[in-house]
Amino acid sequence: MQEISASLIAENVARLCQEANFDLPSDVRDALQDAADSEESTHGKRILGEICENACIAQQERIPLCQDTGMVLVFVEIGQDVHVTGGSLTEAINAGVAKGYQEGYLRKSVVADPIRRKNTGDNTPAVIYYDIVPGDHLRITVMPKGFGSENCTALGMLKPADGLDGVKRFILDAVDKAGPNPCPPVTVGVGIGGTADKALLLAKRALLRDVKSANQDPDIAAMEKELLEAINKLGYGPGGLGGRITALAVHIETYPTHIAGLPVAVCLNCHAARHKTWEWRGEKVE
Amino acid sequence: MSKELQQENRGSLNSGSGEQCGIRMNGDQELIPVQLPFAEGLTKGLRVGQRLLLNGVIYGARDAAHQRLIEALEKGEDLPVDLRGQVIYYVGPTPPRPGRPCGAAGPTTSSRMDRYTPQLLEYGVRALIGKGRRSLEVIDAIKKHGAVYLAATGGAGALIGRCIKEMQVVAYPDLGPEAIYRITVENLPVTVAIDSRGENLYETGPAQYRRI
Repeated sequence: MQEISASLIAENVARLCQEANFDLPSDVRDALQDAADSEESTHGKRILGEICENACIAQQERIPLCQDTGMVLVFVEIGQDVHVTGGSLTEAINAGVAKGYQEGYLRKSVVADPIRRKNTGDNTPAVIYYDIVPGDHLRITVMPKGFGSENCTALGMLKPADGLDGVKRFILDAVDKAGPNPCPPVTVGVGIGGTADKALLLAKRALLRDVKSANQDPDIAAMEKELLEAINKLGYGPGGLGGRITALAVHIETYPTHIAGLPVAVCLNCHAARHKTWEWRGEKVE
Repeated sequence: MSKELQQENRGSLNSGSGEQCGIRMNGDQELIPVQLPFAEGLTKGLRVGQRLLLNGVIYGARDAAHQRLIEALEKGEDLPVDLRGQVIYYVGPTPPRPGRPCGAAGPTTSSRMDRYTPQLLEYGVRALIGKGRRSLEVIDAIKKHGAVYLAATGGAGALIGRCIKEMQVVAYPDLGPEAIYRITVENLPVTVAIDSRGENLYETGPAQYRRI
């Protein structure tokens, strides 16, 4: 068994919040640079140039990539042989978010109540998902999620008879409806199967995959490729002002489902596809 | 905008500031410098797709500030800031680091402001800066009032923040990032997305590339 203090977790969450908002992952940067090289439209090419320059400035000057520094999603994978000491794990994560957003000069975008809408002032609470796994390690991924793209989320409870064609049409329609609003070029996360909530979580988690990765199932991988090509024929392009590159990637995840259902969820990420992971393995800590 | 003015004012955008990152921001597009507030009638001459460099004062306001402005207008009260003839920028900036005027300050999604915009154009706001589509009601109001909708690059908050030289809260401080900000900009690059004839780059741009 390994022990980890709540304060060490809080400190690392604070760091992850800042790094995620300042440093665009290298796979995303490379994909945007490739897109800038291949985009045909004048506005599109110029916008991709601005996006790449923006990433460079954010990294060098420690200014957020985007003023919408998001509501924080935290994915926690915790070994069942890890013992958290000195406080609650959830409280430690939220303390880390508050500290990171204060010290990093990040925007506080969370309201305490969706109806009365008073700002909590420290960007807490985060939305946290826990997975208990075998082992004695801890892995925390922070994903600041902006709401320009979050507001474009789509959920379809399709019928089994809608089949593969229905699923593809639903995904393409979701990206078409979103159009310029989620800050293209987007990453498209798709969850198929499970229950409604499970499909949405799969879609959200799919946004964490490496841009160039493909699903291990060759049929699903083919579907990802086909959908990416179709999405890039919609014409929205960078910034939605017209162009070839509307999406950088389509990532699909699946799960067993019920005989009566075919849930499909689509989550979009803007071009600032931010996330940062910390892995802790006790004494072997980096 | 006269052809002469366009020729005369080929701008070099942000000269110096982005060089260490090694990418030219402007591409090959011509830039037309504009001093704010817009001279009477100038917004009517702007055409979709034109690139402008804005200089002067704009007002940052988003969802909650819009709601309050409209409530005041509906009650017949004076607005806390005189926005007639002015430019509204849909933005909620990040707090600046000490010694800096501004943090990240890119545009937010404009369509959330659609329900308020016709009344603000009627009141006298001249131009709107944001990102993404507008409703038919907003486009009609833009035509009716000879206004203009300008697109800034979404998600380029750090880059756009560099064009901001001064920023202060001038109304509704209790709204935090949703307060109204008076923002002084220097060479803020924007694209005419909907002009006073109702031409809409968010329709015509993608239509050129749609193959499905």
